[in-house]
Parts: sequence; C-alpha cells; structure tokens
Amino acid sequence: MSQKVLLTGKEVNIILHRLACQLIENHTHFKDTVLVGLQPRGSFVAERLKQILVKEYGIEDLKLGLLDITFFRDDFRRSSQHLEANKTTIDFVVEDKRVVFIDDVLYTGRSIRAALTAIQSFGRPAEVELLTLIDRRFSRHLPIQPNYRGRQVDAINEERVKVNWKENQGEDVVYLIK
Amino acid sequence: MSELSVNHLLGIKYINEKDIQLIFETADHFKEVINRPIKKVPSLRDITIANLFFENSTRTRLSFELAEKRLSADVVNFSAASSSVKKGETLIDTVNNILAMKVDMVVMRHPNPGAGVFLSKHIDASIVNAGDGAHEHPTQALLDSYSIREKLGDVTGKKVVIVGDILHSRVALSNIYALQLQGAEVMVCGPKTLIPKYIDSLGVKVETNLKKALEWCDVANMLRVQNERMEISYFPSTREYTQQYGVTKSLLNSLNKEIVIMHPGPINRGVEITSEVADSNQAIILDQVQNGVAIRMAVIYLLASKIK
Repeated sequence: MSQKVLLTGKEVNIILHRLACQLIENHTHFKDTVLVGLQPRGSFVAERLKQILVKEYGIEDLKLGLLDITFFRDDFRRSSQHLEANKTTIDFVVEDKRVVFIDDVLYTGRSIRAALTAIQSFGRPAEVELLTLIDRRFSRHLPIQPNYRGRQVDAINEERVKVNWKENQGEDVVYLIK
Repeated sequence: MSELSVNHLLGIKYINEKDIQLIFETADHFKEVINRPIKKVPSLRDITIANLFFENSTRTRLSFELAEKRLSADVVNFSAASSSVKKGETLIDTVNNILAMKVDMVVMRHPNPGAGVFLSKHIDASIVNAGDGAHEHPTQALLDSYSIREKLGDVTGKKVVIVGDILHSRVALSNIYALQLQGAEVMVCGPKTLIPKYIDSLGVKVETNLKKALEWCDVANMLRVQNERMEISYFPSTREYTQQYGVTKSLLNSLNKEIVIMHPGPINRGVEITSEVADSNQAIILDQVQNGVAIRMAVIYLLASKIK
C-alpha cells in the first residue's frame, strides 16, 4: 500500500478560505442559511469553515448542525461492515432555510442521498446545497454533484482518499492511498 | 459499531456487558431520533415483525409496536385472545403459520417461562422475549438500567433495591442479571413469602424491612403485586402489605438522602406506591416509558442487522 499527498495543510487552508468566500458570495449574511456537517467526517470541515466565517469574515449568528445519516443509509444489512451511528445535533428548525451540506469526500453520492432524506426529519428546507472538500469524479452511483468543491480528484475505485485533520490525526493533510 | 453476541434477545442471562453497552449507545441515538419533528427512520423498511402476545399487555405491546414503526418495519399483531390458540393450535404451529407469511422477527410475550428459548430452537426468525411467565423481561430490565444511567450518570457501583413481589416477577430477575452485569449492587425487599427460596444463589442482598432497604439504596424499583399469578394468599391483606411495603412521601422524607423511584408499571396507586410519590420529582416512571421505545428500537435494529 502506498500513499501520495493530494493536499498539504497549507493547501487545505487556502481551499477552506476559498470555499468560505464562495459561501459568502451566495449567502451574504447567512440570515436564512444553516450549515449542516455530515457525520462523522464532514463535521471537521464544517467546524473549520464556521471558524473562518465567524472569526475572519465576521459572520454573526451562524448556525451549524451535525447530521448523522446511519439510519438512513441504503446498505443496512447489505454491507459486511457494521454501521456506526454518530450524534446528530441540530438545535434549529430547517423549515424554509437554505441548507448547505458539508462533507469531506464526495464519492458515490449515496451518503448525500441519505442526508437528503434524513434532513427532512427536521423540516422542509427551501433549498439544499452541497459543499465538499474533495470531489472524486467518475465514481458517482447517483446524479449528485457539489455546488462548492475544494479539489476534484480522479481516483479509481480501488484507491482511497483519506482526509486527516489536526483535531483527530495531528495534522491537516489529504492522502490518496493506493 | 460492533454487533450483538446473540441472534435473539431471550433474556439478560444470555447476553453480556458489551451487548448492554452497545444497546445503550444505540438507544442514545434513537432517543434523539424520537425527539425530532419527524420521528422515523427508514432502516427496517424491508423487515416484517410479528408481535405475538399470548398474554395481556398494554404498555409493552404499544412500546414495541411504536419502536418497530419508527424503524419503518412492517408490523403484524397477534393476540391470543382472538386467535386459533383458543381452538387448540400449538405454539410452534401458530408461529410457523405466521412465519410462512415471510416474517423476519418475532416479538413474543407468553405466560410460560422459557417459551422464547423453546421457540428459538424450532424457527429461523429472530426472537425478542417480551416477557415469559415469571422468567425474564429483558427489554424492561434494559430500559430500567438505561433510565438509571440517564438519571445518575452510571449504573456501576449504584445500589438498587427491588421492592415487592419478587417471586412472581420477570422484571426482578432480568433486572438482577442486568444490574449485576453492569457492576451495581442489588437488594431485594418484600415479605418473606414473596421472595424466592433460592434468591441467595443470585448473589443479591435480602431485606424484609422497607425503611432499612431504602436507607441503603440509591434507586428503588417498586414492583406491583401480581395477584393474577397467585393461587394462594401470600400476605394477610392488601392494607397490611401497603403498611409494610408501600412507599409514601413521609417515608422518603425521613431518609437522609434523595433516592430515585422507579416502577415498571402498571402502578397500583396507593398500594406499592402513593400517588404523591409516583407524581413526584424523585420518580422517573414516565422517563422509563419514553426510554422503553428507544431501547426497543435499539434492540430490534441491532438484531435486524444480523438478519441476512
């Protein structure tokens, strides 16, 4: 098994700032917008983006929730892996809000399909957008594309994209593992 | 997430501490789900569950049915009172007929101890014991421990007294197994006639004085006197039982600490517990009911994940 660095910590930081600016372009004051990080790994991207938006761009009252999609997945009893649930913390109503889903890697699109169903438990959003740090194009099983993408990657199915964060692995870095 | 060590939930006796923790962690997620505006997840939409109740039940049957429906399972209900059991059909025949309709899981309450274990040896479906005679009622014990964990932070090291009709109680036996697996100390308290002869073999303390028992414990789980299972008289009168083993507010106030009061229901108000106590802040009886749905969702979800 070999691994190649796709993005260094510095590059991740630049990309996160660009994504934050793109969000501001579309959502200005975030008055009717809520960010929703998809558990488990989307939560790191979401928290970082929130930090940048609040501290560096002075966005006030930014709402961030974390959504777990385990019970909405379509591979329950079909996967050899045991599904591990995570905490959902959405303490606001999403009814008529502009929801931005945030995840680290967009691969088959099935997690996003599950998230689209799961978010309905909290109301009917006015619209849903998708932000993803890495977009593995050519791997989609469903017609789902991101509105905001950090870096597009061409990776074959046998390869794996791994995103490490300072918070859980000690450094920000994205690997392509062959 | 690891998986349960069993394919059926027949009793707490057959599971281990890790299973209990896994059920609790899963129930934490489902508790959040059932507090959402839309309280339903689609996980079990291709699973069919039969609720077979050969004995009366209100709370447990509703709780199981709600748990199943919130997981999006298809549910069929059966109660012995209106079935062919009355016409002389055997348990295996009844269940096999239901399974022939492609049912994946059976939730069963039965008056005979061991009915679930017996059935598990003859059919392929996953079985959840919803109470078998005076033997076990595992989901009740799980929700009781879960409620203690929620209220006091942990079950380990806590002192729990089970008060009342221990002899006829499946709740008591399952609770003893569950609490001991989690490292709690257990005492039973009641008239000697309602305490099983071989209770010592379970490693629990026995106390016949209610005040002493309450002074010792952190949690008191009050049981109903099961008159329907009594063929002889075990105490002189209900009035005398209440005087000796009924929990009143003044009794609780006389203790030097605040203990948690639990009751698996149905409550006989004014017998084992007064209304004032049942409706007080010390009682977590309605929390138990709410937790029951989350625990049953967790049990069904985890067992269903093993159906291939």
